[in-house]
Formats: sequence, structure tokens, C-alpha cells
Amino acid sequence: MIRIFNLFFIIFFLLSSKAYSLIEIDITRGNLDPLPIAVSPLFQDDNSKRNSINELKIENVGSEISLVVENNLKISGLFNPLSKEAFLQKPDIAHLKPRFEDWALIKAQALITGKVTIEDKKLKVEFRLWDILAGREMMALAFTTVPGNWRRVGHIISDKVYERLTGEKGYFDTRIIYVSEEGPKTARVKKLAIMDQDGFNTKYLTLGNELVLTPRFNPTSQMVTYLSYFKNLPRVYLLDIETGTQEVVGDFPGMTFAPRFSPDGKKIIMSFAKDGNSDIYTMDLENRIVERITNHPSIDTSPSYSPDSQFITFNSDRSGFQQIYVMKSDGSNVKRISFGKGLYGTPVWSPRGDLIAFTKLHKGKFYIGVMRTDGSGERLLTENYYQEAPSWSPNGRVLIFYRETKSNDKGEGFSAKLWSIDLTGYNERQVQTEMDASDPSWSSLLSN
Amino acid sequence: MNFSKSFRNTFLVILLSLIVSACATKKTTTTVEGQMQGDVYTGTDTVKYLADGVPDRVFFATNESILTTKSRDTLRKQANWLRENSSINVVVEGHADERGTREYNLALGERRANAAKDYLITYGISADRISVISYGKERPVDSGSNPLSWSKNRRSVTVKAN
Repeated sequence: MIRIFNLFFIIFFLLSSKAYSLIEIDITRGNLDPLPIAVSPLFQDDNSKRNSINELKIENVGSEISLVVENNLKISGLFNPLSKEAFLQKPDIAHLKPRFEDWALIKAQALITGKVTIEDKKLKVEFRLWDILAGREMMALAFTTVPGNWRRVGHIISDKVYERLTGEKGYFDTRIIYVSEEGPKTARVKKLAIMDQDGFNTKYLTLGNELVLTPRFNPTSQMVTYLSYFKNLPRVYLLDIETGTQEVVGDFPGMTFAPRFSPDGKKIIMSFAKDGNSDIYTMDLENRIVERITNHPSIDTSPSYSPDSQFITFNSDRSGFQQIYVMKSDGSNVKRISFGKGLYGTPVWSPRGDLIAFTKLHKGKFYIGVMRTDGSGERLLTENYYQEAPSWSPNGRVLIFYRETKSNDKGEGFSAKLWSIDLTGYNERQVQTEMDASDPSWSSLLSN
Repeated sequence: MNFSKSFRNTFLVILLSLIVSACATKKTTTTVEGQMQGDVYTGTDTVKYLADGVPDRVFFATNESILTTKSRDTLRKQANWLRENSSINVVVEGHADERGTREYNLALGERRANAAKDYLITYGISADRISVISYGKERPVDSGSNPLSWSKNRRSVTVKAN
């Protein structure tokens, strides 16, 4: 699959050292001892500084990129970026040859250095990752892109560093699509919004004239599926976020909702409600063929494919209450997998395939949790007054969800915010949005 | 032996009645001056009228779409009025409270709206005259986060479509 964005990038390896290194990070358990890392500002010469001001209205884009990297590494919870004030070596010299003993003195175990040039409306960035304890280079990369993409360069560097040090793909060069909210609870205005994973570059995709809910990214392209109440007919829509074109999905004589893409991006799976009964359907986006997957008088909703497309997890109240089920993707072999106390909803299959994240309601509290795909090993990650709708980071290490606060009797004090938490249950933090926010969905990595 | 047994029974009866009355007291405090029965709203705070004496909405218990005796009474009034006003079509809106996941609540709202619609049909109103729409938890009438507010929001509302 070709991503349009890749055309702007020429990524080449300067050097690739796969030699044994002393640093590695175990991300399979809560990391209470994040790795001390020094992110040296990327060096920029005077000529490039002038071009940077002309092109971007930013004096030192090298420093700005290093701040993007530093922030990403910090919010991952796995790294502890050290204060730049303690750095003893100048950025340009460190990039050529770090004085490892100086960096070791400030307790850095890894060091990122780099150099930025802007010439002929092109941004060239090279960076190196150094292992301080072993006293050697671990990785070196260079990129060329248009200057406007400088934040993305920071995200890509972060992904490369994360991957080199943890052994797993990163999740920084990604975007979040969500519902931006404002106004009183009884007349909430909702718009589709999209932003970079770190909360920058927010764009609003709808004007708020009609209610919109539950946007979800296509894992393979810049398409989004969501629910819109356009003309008071709640239907699943497909939106191309590059071109802005949108269309209703299928021709159903009633409400369609709870859409998600199949892992190959070629189908939409969703619920269709008719005569008080909701069942699960798919529509093939190429040949428009609609298939009915469940046929049961109970509510069947919130479907989500396994990454190999062989199975579907969904939410049903066929037992009398909301529970989580798994079936084969043709609708056969339906099995209930949630058996704990309370109600379970919003199952969503991990991109790694081994876990299902969910929302649980028990004794007036809402939990975000994970269980294995056979329902065993249930683990609750966070408890709150109200929270739901987890969405996985593309590497399956972090969940983003939304949380609402309790109102007083006059309806005051209500808010809706995005939060993220590691699969380990550690590193819970609010994700900044311009307004109130709900229904987040994490994109795939924009570049690989 | 007999004495002690009957004493014990009397004691149990007293204890039980204390518990029951404690529960009863607790219930009246949480139901706020009789505005709720179980957890179904029975007050009139948010109710509007389709016509004189014809309330526009009925209320549901948590996670339920079963019509209560009072709901059926209200819907019969709506059916009578719709029979007398045969040129009027209606939309039945289904709603849920905020204590559920968004997607399930959309389905639940649809189920509630259809429960009301089906009852109107059994009183002779043509299905063609009644459309339904679910708003899930998206359009509460009461923005509080307490059992009474939630009970007002678990509703179906019959609205004139023309």
C-alpha cells in the first residue's frame, strides 16, 4: 500500500549499527524507572536559520524538532528526557562526536543529536542515537521533506528511537480523530476534529450543524467512517479527510451506527437497527455488497474485527445484559467471553491480536480494561465516574478513551476529555484538546 | 424452649420490620417526593403535551424498554388523539440516560422508541404515520448526574412530524 505522504520523504540510512548495545527498555511491565535520555537541540547554521524564519516564521526549527521528540518520549512514560541546562557539549560538536564521559556525568544513558538545514524550500534533517554507556552510535538517519512537515520529522525521529530502544514500533507519527464538544449538556454541539497524536495541528472537519458521533480511522488510508444525523437520519458515513468528500454507506431503511473498518480497510462493519432490533452487517466498499452477520432479537452492536479478519468481537445483550461476544467473521460460532460481575461494552480487538479492550460498568463505576480473546485474564486498567470507548495505539501498547465528569443537580461541572493509559495500567494522562472531546480513534502510523 | 423460639421469632419479626421500614424510608428519600417508582420517573416536570390531556412522553427503567402501566395509559391517550387527528404524523424519539456506552444507548433508544410505536399500532394507528429516531444519550432533558435526572432522560417522546 502506498501512502501519499511517503512521496514527500526520502528516507535513507547513513549508517545502521545493529551491534549489541547496553541499553534496552522492557515495555511489557509498568516502567517506574524511565530511561534517562538527553535530546540535544538539532544544530542549525545561520544560513538555515534565516531560511527557517522566511519559510516557517520559526527562528530555530532544530530546537523545535528536538522539543517535539522530547515531549513524545516523555509522554510515553518510558523515557526521562534530561534538562537541557545540564548539557555540557554544543549541539554541532556532539552530533559529530559526543564526549561520552560528559553525558554520563549527567546520568544520560542515551543521547539524540542532529543537524537541520533549510535550502531551496527543502528541510533536511539528520539525527543520531548514541549509547552513552557503550560509547557508540546506535542509529543514524536522514530525511528530506518540505519545511512545513517539521513536526512530523520530530514524530518520525521519536518513532525510530522508540523502536530502536524498545524493539517495538512506535506510535508518534499518528493522528487522533475525535468528536469535539461544546455547549450545555442538553444541546451539545459536536464536530469531527483531527489532530496529531500530541495534540497539535487540530483541524475541524464538520461545522457542528448536525450531530456526529464515533469516527474511526481506516487502518490503511486517510478515510474515516462515522455516524452523522444529517437531515435527522442517523446513518454511517464515509469521509475522505484529504479531499473532504463524503458519502452515506449503503442504503438502509433505518439507523446504521457503530461503524468500524475491516483490517484491510475494504469493508465497513456496523449495526443496523430496525423495528427495535439491532444486528451487525458489513458492506464491501468496492462492490457495495451488504452482508448480514448476526440475526438475533437482542441488541448486537460495537463490532470490531480481529487483525487477521477471521473473527469479530461485539457487544450483545442476548444474555439479558450487555456482554462481550466473539464469533467467526461469517457470524458462526458465537461465544460469550465476558463473565465477570457487571456490564461490558465497546470491545475492540488489539492490533497485536492477543487482547480485547473494553468498557465495564460495575456498581456505578466505569472501567477500561483488557482481557484475552477467550475472555480469560481480565485486567482493569482504570476506574472512574464515567469513561468508555478505548481505541488502541497502532503498536497495541497504549489505549486512548474519553472520560466525563459528574454534573451537579444544575448540570454544572460537566466535562468530557480524552485520556490515555498504557496497557500496563501505568502512565495515565490527559490528552490535550482545544475543546471538550470524546470518541477518540487512533490512526495507523502515517509513515513506516 | 418454646418460649425462647417464639421470642426469637418475635425478635426476628421486629428486626425484619425495622429493616423493611429502614428500606422504605431510604426509598422515599432517594425517590424525591414520589417522583420515581422503582427507578421509573413518574413526575411531570419535563412532560409537554401533544394536546390537552395528552402527554408527549413515557419513561423507562434502567436498561429496559418495557412499558409500565402508566406508560401504556399515556400511549392510549396518544393513540386516541392520533385517531381523531388522522392527518397528523408523528416521530417517536427514543432516549437513554448518560450511564451507558454510547453505541449500546443508540440501540436502546431505538428499542424504546419502537416499544412506544408498537403499542400505538396495537391501538389502530397505521405504522406509516409513525417514524422513529434514536438519540441514545445525546439529547438529555435534565443535565444533572443523579438518579432523578437520569430517570427523566430514559424516555420516548412522541413529536408531531407535520
